Amino acid sequence: MLNFTLRRLLLAIPTLLFISLVIFLLLEASPGDPLGDVPLTVPPEVKEKMREALGLGQAWYVRYVLWLKQFFWIEPMHWFDQIFGTDFSAGAQRIISFQSRSPVFDIIAQRIPQTLIVVGMSYVVGVMIAIPIGIVSAYKQYSWFDQIGTFVSMVGFSMPTFFTGVVLIIIFGVKLQWFPSVYDTTLVVNDWGSFMQQVRQMIMPVTVLALYNAAQISRFMRASMLDNLGQDYVRTARAKGLGERKVVLKHVLRNSLIPVVTVIALGLPAVFGGAIITEQVFKVNGLGQLLISAIHGNDIPMVLTLTFIFAILIVMFTLIADILYGVLDPRIRYD
Amino acid sequence: MTETERQHRLDTAELIDESASGAAVTAELPPDDPVHAGSETRSQWLDVWRQFSSHKGAMIALVLFVGILLFVSIGPWLWTVDPTYVDIRARNSGFVAAHPLGTDQLGRDMLARLMAGGRVSIAVGLTAMLIAIFLGSLIGVLSGYFRRLDGPLMRVTELFLALPLLPLLLLMVTLFREPLSKNFGAATGIFILIVSAIGATSWMQSARIVRGDVLGLKEREFILAAKSIGTPPRRMIMRHILPNVLSPIMVAATLGIATAIITESALSFLGLGFPPDFPTWGRLLYDAVDQMVLYPSRVILPGVFISLTVLCVNYIGDGLRDAMDPRIRGR
Repeated sequence: MLNFTLRRLLLAIPTLLFISLVIFLLLEASPGDPLGDVPLTVPPEVKEKMREALGLGQAWYVRYVLWLKQFFWIEPMHWFDQIFGTDFSAGAQRIISFQSRSPVFDIIAQRIPQTLIVVGMSYVVGVMIAIPIGIVSAYKQYSWFDQIGTFVSMVGFSMPTFFTGVVLIIIFGVKLQWFPSVYDTTLVVNDWGSFMQQVRQMIMPVTVLALYNAAQISRFMRASMLDNLGQDYVRTARAKGLGERKVVLKHVLRNSLIPVVTVIALGLPAVFGGAIITEQVFKVNGLGQLLISAIHGNDIPMVLTLTFIFAILIVMFTLIADILYGVLDPRIRYD
Repeated sequence: MTETERQHRLDTAELIDESASGAAVTAELPPDDPVHAGSETRSQWLDVWRQFSSHKGAMIALVLFVGILLFVSIGPWLWTVDPTYVDIRARNSGFVAAHPLGTDQLGRDMLARLMAGGRVSIAVGLTAMLIAIFLGSLIGVLSGYFRRLDGPLMRVTELFLALPLLPLLLLMVTLFREPLSKNFGAATGIFILIVSAIGATSWMQSARIVRGDVLGLKEREFILAAKSIGTPPRRMIMRHILPNVLSPIMVAATLGIATAIITESALSFLGLGFPPDFPTWGRLLYDAVDQMVLYPSRVILPGVFISLTVLCVNYIGDGLRDAMDPRIRGR
């Protein structure tokens, strides 16, 4: 197992390097100019100086290697310094955003809590809804509960999040005035009142994402339960006189959760991607919103770093899913 | 010609004559078109259709989907209002006889815009799906059939699976929209860009499914038989492999349409899709969000169309999967 993990980790390095190169070259091939908004009255020599200042003067491979060094060497050193008060990275250039001229990772650190709270909550809620629905649907296959559950999950799966979000805003934000339609990120939670306000503004974005996730996961849960309910060991468990509750909740459920756990792990990075749209609908200024504004502003370092972080998340969670699968199911051996 | 050879030929001719005359006498030869036992002929596709039509949800979805297709294809001939015609005096009108579904903030007819938008959305979905399925089955068959290509092609597939797709799509669309619009015109350029971007980023699942099936097929006897009579790889794939992996490809294709439509409308919703005077369902929704408090119907109508189309396509895919699976068929 350790062997497998190490091998996969080593394999992840060239994968990630290749992905970063692809993103970098894509940005390089773009016709967009970060100095496009500079007025025409600025003389060309000054413009050339500005270009130099942004680090755009060198050849692309020099800039790529420089970015790699900044990402993998200078930034970790900077965090190390911050934690232990050392000064290894003194004088080294961090990755700087073109738009705001401040380090990219500082901006990301500001934006991450909003994304994590909303996305994380919605994923937890989604899983909590999906698993019981999946169990009951499979146990009572073709019952009215199963029919309705299947239909609802089909609908939830088919409705794009930007539509459900907008519909919820119209109904609960505008007509009923129950919840605020815009997420207020400046809200500081320090007492009961502000906590309730935070909960109220989170309800709608969390519901939208949770519904979408629950729809997918409950389908997997149902299929996996159905697979296991027909197995011989279930009949054996019943035959030896175990209670139905124990058979289903202990024997079948545990075995059915194995593939579902990996699906949940695999889905997490995709949720970050999906959150881009939900953040746009509810005006949450998280990572997704940051990415969109950086794309619109031709902010190459920001786009490159953010997209690469998404890629790291995907690679990491794929690896975690594979390892979990081996840990949870002793029949599966990678070596 | 040697003597023995000549003798042999004569013998053969004699033998043929003899057996031919004998056959004419007996007259109990099997007929040219044999009649099989059982009155009805059963073909695979008939069976699939029979199973499919017993899936109630899939049948309703099929009818609705055909309805939506007719709405967007024949609709513009029946409702001949130009979707881009600006009638500023009739702007923001409600549901009236002249505009059954109202007008937008520039007085353009919503019904006509929904039809035109649906055309583009469904066209994008279908074309992107075709590209993705073509790439997916090509790579899947190649890596499943040729052992030497398997390793590299699967590495490429894993690489693509590790790409953050939505950010990359956003990136591709923003970066390349201008050069392509310049070369092909605004609408065609964006269409090519979006379709190829979606197609190039969604072939991986079908490639993996097809590869798995091809690997299984390769162990079967009929493949061995075909190989032993010297069938070249090209004909092997076209005649024996592809028809047998058709059903997973078809299911993947159906579900691919749904994903492509959602992706296109998501791009439009983020303001990175088609230009404003070129309606798609996602674009209509995006344009209406600013005024959703006053005119909620303008948001809800395109949204309902997107969701309904995707729901129908998903249900059809579900029914197709059940119908194509011989283990479930007939139950």
